[in-house]
Amino acid sequence: MLIDCPHCGSRDLAEFSYQGDATRARPDLASTDTKAWLDYVYNRPNPAGRHREFWQHAGGCRAHLVVERDTLTHEILTVAFARDAAGGDAA
Amino acid sequence: MAEYSALSLFKNAFSGNRDWKPAWRKPDPKPSYDVIIIGGGGHGLATAYYLAAEHGITNVAVLEKGWLGSGNIGRNTTIVRSNYLLPESVRFYEFSMKLWENLSHELNYNVMFSQRGVLNLAHSPGQADAFIRRGNAMRHGGVDAEWLTPQQIARKVPGLDTSKSARFPVVGGLLQPRAGTARHDAVAWGYARAADRRGVDLIENCEVTGFLREGDQITGVSTARGDIRAKKVALAVAGSTSHVLQRAGIERLPIESHVLQAFVSEAIKPFVDCVVTFGAGHLYMSQSDKGGLVFGGSLDFYNSYAQRGNLPTVEDVMSEICAMFPSVARLRLLRSWGGVMDMSMDGSPIITKGPLPGLYLNCGWCYGGFKATPASGYSFAWTIARDEPHAINAPFTLSRFERGAVIDETGHGPTPKLH
Ligand SMILES: Cc1cc2nc3c(=O)[nH]c(=O)nc-3n(C[C@H](O)[C@H](O)[C@H](O)COP(=O)(O)OP(=O)(O)OC[C@H]3O[C@@H](n4cnc5c(N)ncnc54)[C@H](O)[C@@H]3O)c2cc1C
Ligand SMILES: [Zn+2]
Repeated sequence: MLIDCPHCGSRDLAEFSYQGDATRARPDLASTDTKAWLDYVYNRPNPAGRHREFWQHAGGCRAHLVVERDTLTHEILTVAFARDAAGGDAA
Repeated sequence: MAEYSALSLFKNAFSGNRDWKPAWRKPDPKPSYDVIIIGGGGHGLATAYYLAAEHGITNVAVLEKGWLGSGNIGRNTTIVRSNYLLPESVRFYEFSMKLWENLSHELNYNVMFSQRGVLNLAHSPGQADAFIRRGNAMRHGGVDAEWLTPQQIARKVPGLDTSKSARFPVVGGLLQPRAGTARHDAVAWGYARAADRRGVDLIENCEVTGFLREGDQITGVSTARGDIRAKKVALAVAGSTSHVLQRAGIERLPIESHVLQAFVSEAIKPFVDCVVTFGAGHLYMSQSDKGGLVFGGSLDFYNSYAQRGNLPTVEDVMSEICAMFPSVARLRLLRSWGGVMDMSMDGSPIITKGPLPGLYLNCGWCYGGFKATPASGYSFAWTIARDEPHAINAPFTLSRFERGAVIDETGHGPTPKLH
């Protein structure tokens, strides 16, 4: 797997560390909605196919990225800086 | 049906092994069953067997999308152990160990269970303390555990680098003498044959593509071979759990699917006679009866439904085995492969009634579901037959996350890739 870091270009998987599902939405910190917290902390859609996920280019520029990747084929579809990518925690 | 004996081996050798009978029938699906089990892996087959053998429920079908044993049951590194820390895990896995000890007799099928011992190497004083604590917890739960010094380890595993100059010197090791390995395929085949003989229909090439429902109630499944009705539908599809349950409208579960790779080397003369694990990284290895070294390490660390991994993990695993056993550095690898793991949020499994009426769920096996096969099948069958959990699976609910009653052996928290 090669990930096309928007800063460094196409780099080997070994340079990146995986940070999981990027579609999770953290409830407001004052929220006492336990169902929403349960979903945020423990529950995942875990799709077979297109998955939106966080990676960090830990062995490179150290930028946090949002990557869309196919979990059936490992094909990388899109890569963006996490700060620019909308949705989930990155919003 | 196939029977195996010295005489039958001899006779079939003379007829070119052409006259062996199949070990189980190939029935067409009936329109309805008392219980449908989705997934013909170890857990699905064991569940079917115990439903028939322990509860007299024989109007059962196991629906498998490929062939029996094509999933993780035929892809694992075959380690069987009960060396856990937490009381819930100790109880469950030790129950499993006791079933393993009689399994070949129970199934009348040689599963080649070999209690050769599992040795966990410790490489720092802190790790040694943690292992000794776990050993004490095991003994407290009635499980065998022994602490070995580096000198005892050097005698037991001569190929191991136990020198002070090793990159990660060995300071001791926790041995579970009753742990070991089993022949993974034989476990699937043994349960399959025994279930078939009690009347269970094993239906291969029958992917479940949807669920039949009346309101919330699950009343059957749609499959590649038509609709099949059932009073109870039980799911044991390991890495495919989220994917299959999405078809029942369950969109989110405390599960991520990850790929785990494993490796086997060319065959060599007897080299290690127990299972050894490397504590400075993550590696477990044993030598198969054919002579190959069978080993694996960590997950690839990203969500995956592909039954193959990437090269950084291969490189990492190889560097670990060479650090442990410098003499294997020039061995050639014969094969490597991957399996899709159902990684749960606390590293422990889920064996429960629900999450919908008429549905029963068995998943979350992480790296460790092979050793669990007998206990998982036994307690899942119990739960399906009686609509209440057995004492050993009672803590392994789906609702434990909501209640904060997680069973997290390693204390890694809700980061499935680390369990
Ligand atoms: C590389 C590797 C090494 C491992 N090493 C060990 C080890 O040393 N010790 C240990 O204890 N555990 C180990 N494990 C874990 C263990 O193998 C699994 O936890 C266990 O096999 C999972 O249960 P199972 O046997 O029922 O799964 P599987 O054999 O995967 O069975 C699930 C079945 O469901 C079927 N299925 C999926 N979707 C559908 C559908 N829609 N319709 C019908 N059928 C479907 C699949 O085809 C599959 O056959 C390892 C796993 C891997 C991959
Ligand atoms: Zn970069």
